[in-house]
Amino acid sequence: MTKWLEENTPKLVLAPSFIIVLIFVYGFIAWTAWVSLTRSRLLPKYEIDGFIQYDRLFASPRWDTAFTNLFVFGFLFIVIAMILGLILAILLDQNIRTEGAIRTIYLYPMALSMIVTGTAWKWILNPGLGLEATVRGWGFETFTFDWLVNPEMAIYTIVIAAIWQSSGFVMALFLAGLRSVDQEIIKAAQVDGIPTWRVYTAIIIPSMAPIFLSAFIVLSHLAIKSFDLVIALTGGGPGYATDLPATYMYAMAFSRGDIGQAASSAMIMMMVVFAIVVPYLYSELRSKDG
Amino acid sequence: MAPILEINNLFKNYGSVEILKDINVAIEQGDFLVLVGPSGCGKSTLLNCIAGLEPITSGKMAIDGQDMTNVSPKDRDIAMVFQSYALYPTMTVAKNITFGMKVRGIDQAVQDEKLAHVAKQLQIEPLLNRKPGQLSGGQRQRVAMGRALVRDPKLFLFDEPLSNLDAKLRVEMRTEIKALHQRLGASMVYVTHDQIEAMTLATKIVVMKGGVIQQIGTPAEIYNRPANLFVADFMGSPAMNLIPARTKANGKGMQVEIARKDGDPIMLTDTRNRDLPENVIIGVRPEDIADASIARAGETQEADCMIDIVEPAGADTFAVMQLGGKHVTARLHSETSAAAGASQRLTFDLGKVSYFEPETGLRLN
Amino acid sequence: MADMSYTPTQTGSNVGKIALRWGLYLMLGLFALFYLMPLFVMITTSFKSLEEIRTGDLISLPREVTLDAWRTAWSGACTGIQCEGVRPFFWNSVLIAIPAVFISTLIGALNGYVVAQWRFKGANLFFALMLFGCFIPFQVVLLPMARMLGLMGLAGTIPGLIFVHVIYGLGFTTLFFRNYYVSIPSELTKAAKVDGAGFFRIFWSVFLPLSLPIIVVTVIWQFTQIWNDFLFGISFSQAGTQPVTVALNNIVNSTTGIKAYNVDMAAAIIAALPTLFVYVVAGKYFVRGLTAGSVKG
Repeated sequence: MTKWLEENTPKLVLAPSFIIVLIFVYGFIAWTAWVSLTRSRLLPKYEIDGFIQYDRLFASPRWDTAFTNLFVFGFLFIVIAMILGLILAILLDQNIRTEGAIRTIYLYPMALSMIVTGTAWKWILNPGLGLEATVRGWGFETFTFDWLVNPEMAIYTIVIAAIWQSSGFVMALFLAGLRSVDQEIIKAAQVDGIPTWRVYTAIIIPSMAPIFLSAFIVLSHLAIKSFDLVIALTGGGPGYATDLPATYMYAMAFSRGDIGQAASSAMIMMMVVFAIVVPYLYSELRSKDG
Repeated sequence: MAPILEINNLFKNYGSVEILKDINVAIEQGDFLVLVGPSGCGKSTLLNCIAGLEPITSGKMAIDGQDMTNVSPKDRDIAMVFQSYALYPTMTVAKNITFGMKVRGIDQAVQDEKLAHVAKQLQIEPLLNRKPGQLSGGQRQRVAMGRALVRDPKLFLFDEPLSNLDAKLRVEMRTEIKALHQRLGASMVYVTHDQIEAMTLATKIVVMKGGVIQQIGTPAEIYNRPANLFVADFMGSPAMNLIPARTKANGKGMQVEIARKDGDPIMLTDTRNRDLPENVIIGVRPEDIADASIARAGETQEADCMIDIVEPAGADTFAVMQLGGKHVTARLHSETSAAAGASQRLTFDLGKVSYFEPETGLRLN
Repeated sequence: MADMSYTPTQTGSNVGKIALRWGLYLMLGLFALFYLMPLFVMITTSFKSLEEIRTGDLISLPREVTLDAWRTAWSGACTGIQCEGVRPFFWNSVLIAIPAVFISTLIGALNGYVVAQWRFKGANLFFALMLFGCFIPFQVVLLPMARMLGLMGLAGTIPGLIFVHVIYGLGFTTLFFRNYYVSIPSELTKAAKVDGAGFFRIFWSVFLPLSLPIIVVTVIWQFTQIWNDFLFGISFSQAGTQPVTVALNNIVNSTTGIKAYNVDMAAAIIAALPTLFVYVVAGKYFVRGLTAGSVKG
């Protein structure tokens, strides 16, 4: 008995976590998947009824907006944050004396809650008293910056706030990547008389492909999960102009009482994440084994 | 008295891969057993199996007559020294050495006494309050030994303990381990890939390859009568010359014919062996080929050989020639007259040669 | 010849270099302004009176520093019908974060220790399953979790929120510790086994004392995640048990009375203070957690 216990302690220690993950991650995913195939409304029903919820979802103009927003927001957010992060990293990589302090400043938004970020930017972008009023106060009477309340433009305010929050983090990733490039290669290039900008474009940046991939994965993951920021900054409005799948799902689940729609929209989110993350994780785990 | 370690029909698989195949070894109290072989031969796995750190797939193992097949490491009365020393980084040297006793709930006074004794024995007293990170490689090695010694176990296990030291220190520590073994009379199992270490330390050597024991024997047996081509090639430096040859019975014994690059084959007569097949591989140690002018006693046969390269190495001079399509090395006296590109009269000591079957690689004589 | 033509280029490039250097610092400074501006605006606004906010502009310093907004935010602002400020919710967040961080870190350490040092068949599968759990969008577990908490009698309670945070934090804590322990040679575990120590003894005496850096990283990561969480907070709490992020959102979106931007900003800073503090004090570990959480291995 003690022998058995001794041999199986590691397994026993993992068992609770294993069971928890099985139930609370995989079981719950299965539950949501199941319910997304039923006619559940206020209460879950368990008779499978095909893809009716998905039909409803894709027929819904609100979902259409949310899904389109995801791609607009995601694309701009990822591309700009990556470019900005890369530029900042390269600027900081030039033997800057105050690098530590500057890095701290660029990265601190990452420590903030998205709700705090949203609150701050909501105030700044507020047309009545914020940036617009301030610039007008400087004498530019016709200056308008009403994106926050403009249904056409409101989604871009979320892009701005999200980039403000996350680009410093991308910078930190890239900076680590820049520093991990073999210094001898760079020295060899300098001895060969290759100009600095060519060293970056031809040698350093191409060798950072894995870091680009990581940054892309993290940012796309952040984009899909974005919920707090929208709630705090625009509340999904004006109307539902800035809805994202995450806020759509939440609205269906907790204010509209439409469990079927909530489940099916959650499943779509999950599939988008999987489409991005699974190939990545697969290649990561495989390369580890080898 | 029961053997201190006895392994019978041990098999070890990882999934469908056989790591160890039918291992049978036994050693007596006071033996120094060395497991030697190239990397991946299974020697470290076998040591881990002896320690109980890896379960075995089938077979039996006993320590001092007690069946240990399914006993956990802590109850086997063993101590082990690891390649990386595996010192606990957050504990001082003293705590590293006494940790095992502390875990076993041994009296503090006894712990202190044993610690003091071992520290004195290994001359590590000034280091007792340092952390492993503050020690040199050689000092860590000593502490790792101390941790094993203080336990006074039935069996000491060493897993390539010297391979992380630089060459000079390695030779020093090798001598020290040998001295320690002689002083304590303890039983030891020692894994290494270094055949010189194996030869100098062992009372008994196990040569392994691909999870199979190739030969078990004393260092002299292994060196003088290798069981197959692998052992012949692996043990000894420079390696035994393995030369394809043809044999024919004649009146006095066997006539051995070795082809030469230019000129007639060398003909040697071996009076000790009979009934060899026509095609053999003859194994000759470099030291068994000598200058004819400084001939030694023994069953020698002489022949002229064209020397290709001469490598003076201080005490010896190595001469390389081509025989039977192979490079053949002779260990000549440092004052030899052999010169590259010139012919030299050499003697072959046929009393010490080995013959192998070319297909199976097994020893014939 | 070559030397003569080379010298002038060198001085020329020196002037260019200095100009480039200045441009570089200018750019870095401008970006720093971009990142600091919202924090600056938040802080100055929180010290202004409502009157000054209506008449002044966003970037000016307060003419008269007043702590009224801070007082209101802390103990008087309305989060719906309740008007107790963020104080009770701040303590809710503390009550949720501390046990959740502690438990998830401890379990993660044990899990990581097993996966990295006590490999057995299936341990890698377990790790892959855990890793995967880090990436799911939590929306996909929101509905069943709400029902499960109801079944367990934990709906709308602080223990319920602790439970949720522990479960969905395990993937990351396990990952952190696993990656840390996997770099420790397995011979250390073997040596301790031969020395007679068992599973827990080895963990306690050998591995835990080695783990301070990774514990700091994990605790900071978990604390930041849990403190800043909003989705679980708003989904699984009720009137008295909401965390500070939910309360902040309620204050900002409260429709009763006039909009008090200074109070909003003070409340936002209060909500941000603990994580900002951690960031300032232990930024190095914070960044390490971020990068470890995103770049595997």
